[in-house]
Amino acid sequence: MEQSLTDRKAFYQVLVRKITTLILVVSFFPLILTTGLLVYRFHITYTDKIQAHISELVQKHTQNIDTFLSEKLGNIQYLSKLFIHNQHGPDAFLEKHLALLKDEYGDVFTDLGLINEKGIQFAYKGPFNLEYANYSDAQWFIEAIKKPFYISDVFVGLRGHPHFIIAVKIPSAESYNILRATINFGAFNSLVENIHIGKTGIAFIINNKGQLQTQTRVEFKQSTITSMAVNPEYYKKDKTIFAKKREPSGKRVLCVTSTLKNNDWLMVFRQDINDAFSELWKTQILTLIIFIFGCIAILSVAFLLPKNIVKLISKADTKSEAMNKQVVESGKLATIGELAAGIAHEINNPVAIMVEEAGWIGDLLEEEDLKACENLNEFTRALDQINTQGRRCKEITHKLLSFARKTDSTINDVQINEVITEMVSLTDKMAMYNNITIETDLHKGIPYIRISPSELQQVILNLINNAIDAMEKTGGKIKIETKPSAIKKNNLVISVEDNGPGIPKDSLGRIFDPFFTTKAVGKGTGLGLSICYGIIQKMGGKIDVHSQVGAGTKFRIWIPFQEETSEDIKNDNNTIIEES
Amino acid sequence: MENAKLLLVDDEKGFLDTITKRLEKRKLKIWAVYSGEDALVELEKNTAIEVVVLDVKMPGMDGIETLVEIKKRFPLMEVIMLTGHATVETAIDGMKLGAFDYLMKPCDIDELISKVKEAIEKKRQHDEKIMEARIKEISDRMV
Repeated sequence: MEQSLTDRKAFYQVLVRKITTLILVVSFFPLILTTGLLVYRFHITYTDKIQAHISELVQKHTQNIDTFLSEKLGNIQYLSKLFIHNQHGPDAFLEKHLALLKDEYGDVFTDLGLINEKGIQFAYKGPFNLEYANYSDAQWFIEAIKKPFYISDVFVGLRGHPHFIIAVKIPSAESYNILRATINFGAFNSLVENIHIGKTGIAFIINNKGQLQTQTRVEFKQSTITSMAVNPEYYKKDKTIFAKKREPSGKRVLCVTSTLKNNDWLMVFRQDINDAFSELWKTQILTLIIFIFGCIAILSVAFLLPKNIVKLISKADTKSEAMNKQVVESGKLATIGELAAGIAHEINNPVAIMVEEAGWIGDLLEEEDLKACENLNEFTRALDQINTQGRRCKEITHKLLSFARKTDSTINDVQINEVITEMVSLTDKMAMYNNITIETDLHKGIPYIRISPSELQQVILNLINNAIDAMEKTGGKIKIETKPSAIKKNNLVISVEDNGPGIPKDSLGRIFDPFFTTKAVGKGTGLGLSICYGIIQKMGGKIDVHSQVGAGTKFRIWIPFQEETSEDIKNDNNTIIEES
Repeated sequence: MENAKLLLVDDEKGFLDTITKRLEKRKLKIWAVYSGEDALVELEKNTAIEVVVLDVKMPGMDGIETLVEIKKRFPLMEVIMLTGHATVETAIDGMKLGAFDYLMKPCDIDELISKVKEAIEKKRQHDEKIMEARIKEISDRMV
């Protein structure tokens, strides 16, 4: 029994482990896979999208700026062609065309100037007083005289604030002049300044020496900018390059570059990675939080659910085991009952014949004149003995038969306390001889119960007799108690308790088995308690036993009752009384 | 109880023969048959029989079937059921069907005789009443 209990505990543990593992595997595998795949795909898609978006933005602006520059260059080139055929003086020409340009493009062109081959500006039109300024040492002039046209980097120059110059060479017969236009830096800067994405995404232009060509709202370390300018990879023609890199300051940034102005300038878009991918990371963090909550849920389910399930299973097991035991028990009783009935019937008839024959001999003996016969007494004694033993056989067979078919199962309303009092008074004498006292503690107000009174008598008598038999030598006390059951609703409980020697543990499990007896041969049939068991079962009740060797034994019987029925019956009785 | 006329019905020959002898020794007039069918034949033939002692469990027609048949054909006949195997339920059924009483085997001979006596008394009173009623009817007719 204990062995099987530990076996079962181990089995339940294995079951718990199996279910837990199964839940963990089945839940975690798809969860991790789905989450991982989703996060990975989303990351890739989102990165691609951002890359495409920014690249396109940068490309578009690069094109815009390129267009802007080439358009302005075209304007000046056109002007230079016009100048060759000019009949008016250079000042008038410049004045007229600056006005025209301003009319057409707004504030883009700040001024116009004409410079001879020695770098002297011999004609100028604009807001500054720069006539006859000497540009012979200016970087742009040196560059400009080498090429048919030139667009300078942004520089401060003579006027003291940043600007850049478009210069076009005008060849003449003996020498050349240079037509120079200053482009309003504000107008140019706004082209780039308009690009800003998120909190940190800004664009700027640098030249190939790493000098800023536009103003930025954020101050950059020169090293940051130089590091970009120096990288030759960025100067691949007409290509937008997308890169993630770590700045010297340790900040991770997104860097998109594109070349401008015949690869002289570099358009740079720069954004903190944290900023660029903030939406992505927000989503990822959300996913992660959901994932973690999912994991916690799975873990708690995986560890709590199997325990609960197994608890239910073990409860069901215990219940079904108890039920099985009951079924086996009653099955056993039924089988033995049938067997007993068969045997009893077969034996009863021969015994009846034997007893009759003995009776016949007795009759004949009376008739004969055998007063002289010295064995007459022995004859009569032997016949009496046959009669007595026949009667004993009859008793046994009748008991067996009553075990199979209850003797008198007429159902009546029974007051249990009365039955118990009656049985106690029957056995009181015998108890007294054995130095045993019987105490009763009968709860008043126990309802009438519809059962067979004779069967109940049989049960109570049996239990009392057993208790008396157990304490035959030692004497002791029997306590009989009735009360409504505290455990089972609508049940009442009868307990018969003695303080005798108790029942040894190995016998305890078998005491309700038919033919199990500890009494001496010929003293007990071993049917008493199994008959009791059968009767109580039939009543829909329950009987159990607790015993401790040396301390005593306690039998408890639960019998169900229905209050409504008993009240109905009382009411019926009342009406009958009234009617009569 | 002298001159009581009994029909004993039981398939156990040993039992029946012995009890017949014992009852005859006690001055009862006994007819013994070994089956329900024979019992009916015997009753048909022999109108002197006053009480039937009938075993419940028999091959062929069992006690209850025989009882029903007897009560149908001879409503005034008293029947005592003899049950060999404590089939009290059967005995009770029998009494509901009109049996006078029942006895459990193996039974005490004196007990049997006293039951028979009661049955015969009842039957004789019954017969007497019927007779009186008849006489009354006839005398009434004369008036």
